[in-house]
Amino acid sequence: MTAVVRAVDRFLGPVSLALVVLTVWLGLWVTPPDELQGDLVRLIYLHPALAWVALYLAFGLAAVCSALYLWPRTRAERWDLLAASTVEVGVVFLSLTLATGMLWGRPAWGVWWTWDARLTSTALLEILFIGYLAMRRVPADPHTRARRCAVLALLATLDVPIVHFSVQWWNGLHQGATLGSGLTFHIHGSMLWTLLLSFVAFTCVFAWMVRRRYQIAVRDAARELDELAAALTARRAEGVR
Amino acid sequence: MWRDAVLVCAKDLRIELRARVLLWQVLPFGVLSLVLFALALGPSLVALRHGAPGMLWLALLLATVLAAGRSAQIESPEGTRASVRLLGLDPGGVFLGKALALFVELAVLTAVLAVGLLVGFHVDGVRLALTAPLCACAVAALAAVGTLYGAVVAGTDVAGTLLPLLVLPALAPVLIAGERGTAAVLQGGGPGRWAVVLGVMAVVYVAVGVVLYGPLEEPS
Repeated sequence: MTAVVRAVDRFLGPVSLALVVLTVWLGLWVTPPDELQGDLVRLIYLHPALAWVALYLAFGLAAVCSALYLWPRTRAERWDLLAASTVEVGVVFLSLTLATGMLWGRPAWGVWWTWDARLTSTALLEILFIGYLAMRRVPADPHTRARRCAVLALLATLDVPIVHFSVQWWNGLHQGATLGSGLTFHIHGSMLWTLLLSFVAFTCVFAWMVRRRYQIAVRDAARELDELAAALTARRAEGVR
Repeated sequence: MWRDAVLVCAKDLRIELRARVLLWQVLPFGVLSLVLFALALGPSLVALRHGAPGMLWLALLLATVLAAGRSAQIESPEGTRASVRLLGLDPGGVFLGKALALFVELAVLTAVLAVGLLVGFHVDGVRLALTAPLCACAVAALAAVGTLYGAVVAGTDVAGTLLPLLVLPALAPVLIAGERGTAAVLQGGGPGRWAVVLGVMAVVYVAVGVVLYGPLEEPS
């Protein structure tokens, strides 16, 4: 293990925690309430960052790792394990995205849930990746399982552009981009900096969680192989008798 | 690839003609779904006509799960997949052939369900006939997705329970676009952009299936 990886392993967790605490402090006590939405606007320091991590980072990374696994020249077990780890963490972040969206929707729209295109496509994406996680738990040869899951991840990722463009395509209730397009921002001052910080904080949390989950996945895979070897040895010993 | 596709399609259809699973299981299930939906909606003519497009596509989606599972099951007996691999067929061709066979089966099912809609939901027959191109695009998308997901779960012990969980969310966009397009045509308009959406979905899923079917069929 290189010194850089060791340093990342050691400091990523505490740094992520500090950034989240800073985001919470800025979001709850330093930034002002919105003129129209009041304190409800403070959910903006959670919801867009959680969505960014789940939709683009986690599922994007899962798609890249799955493609690398399926490509014969780059096929390696680590891509499968990394894809599984990112999907698992991504599903957690997407659940939080939906939950914070519902918390905002109740006072803003008057309902916890509405069949808006953005909400519906996001919920479908969540179910697609839950299906991926269900597939991972089906007993099978590791390589067969890895191939099937890689295909599932790529198929599920087809929904990500639909989620992204749903606001433009269907003009539903969900608002457009919060930050704005390119370098033109819709919000300013401390609200802008806190929002940008939340993106960095949750990206770090995501990286830390994926790193930890990947380490567990590697150990799980090694344990499975050990158990198989032990079972084969026991079977051979039975045959000798 | 095309020659292999025709061979596989003919093989699947021949097996289907002999086994008649579509005739005795999938078709009755689709019709039963329509009947149950009609019971849930109640006898109101307005409610039935209003809900007809959604009911058609929901029944078709549920029946697709059965048909896709059956299509994948054809290769599930021990050694069958290995035998197919030994034939040296192009995996893309195998996918296209199986998807084409499923398309034919689902097209028959759609025609039967359309008759059910005509009789049970009192929709305009001429208007319903005008939805044929829209239905063709949607059924192509259903067949491609069903074939691909069927191959993903093929050979697992939990295929029966896992396939609906995987395939139904993937088919939900087809349900939405199919329902909106059919409703628009039945109300006297055209399918508009929904036909384009379904056409794009069909092309994308067929292309993705041709590319991804190969890795699914690789030996362990």
